[in-house]
Amino acid sequence: MDWQGQKLAEQLMQILLLAFAVVAFATGYISGSFQMMVLIYAVGVVLTTLVTVPNWPFFNRHPLKWLDPSEAEKHPKPQEAVSAKKKPAKK
Amino acid sequence: MHSFGYRANALLTFAVTILALMCAMASISDNFNHPSPSAHVEVLNINWFQKQSKGNDEVSMQLNISADLQSLFTWNTKQVFVFVAAEYETPKNSLNQISLWDGIIPSREHAKFWIHTSNKYHFIDQGSNLRGKEFNLTLHWHVMPKTGKMFADKIVMSGYRLPEEYR
Repeated sequence: MDWQGQKLAEQLMQILLLAFAVVAFATGYISGSFQMMVLIYAVGVVLTTLVTVPNWPFFNRHPLKWLDPSEAEKHPKPQEAVSAKKKPAKK
Repeated sequence: MHSFGYRANALLTFAVTILALMCAMASISDNFNHPSPSAHVEVLNINWFQKQSKGNDEVSMQLNISADLQSLFTWNTKQVFVFVAAEYETPKNSLNQISLWDGIIPSREHAKFWIHTSNKYHFIDQGSNLRGKEFNLTLHWHVMPKTGKMFADKIVMSGYRLPEEYR
């Protein structure tokens, strides 16, 4: 997932779960059935999992633009100085 | 939210937290229920009334317990535990309470009932104070929820009296 996709996934997850919770509680309270509330919410959790957890294509609509390899070669990485290579002191 | 496991964990944690909040709200909704239960207990007969070899009085009686506890049930009620207790005073104890019968009401349909029975549990005194004793019979109930707070209350019925002599 790209960055925008991750943000979308998180928002979708929160909104879907809250919406299902509200619908589940309202239905359960009005119909006087605790079981109905738990059932609707369970269905909601499963649905939300299917929508937000797998890496669907619509989460990748803003892919990162990596630097082109030919462009990268024009700007070589700085070399590490040999004297700086010391064993790090371990406590 | 960069990996499958990360998202799955976040979703599960949030889902369970919301579930806890829903259960709390369900429990709070029980406070909006104003029940109006009714009950009556009749002592039909004293089966026997003896002094035990250890020196304690024991009485066995036939009870007719009738009650309408339907208004106690809400959408969040698992069952109602009900019991009948005898209460009386002795020189040694200012209050004696002894459970004579109990039962579990699993649903609203079973909550309007009457039962004709002898006392389920022994009515034994600490000593021999029961002759001619005046006592109350109280019907207690515990509304046990599916989730959250349990409510308990009682109805006190007075005016009962044990025989003057052993039978």
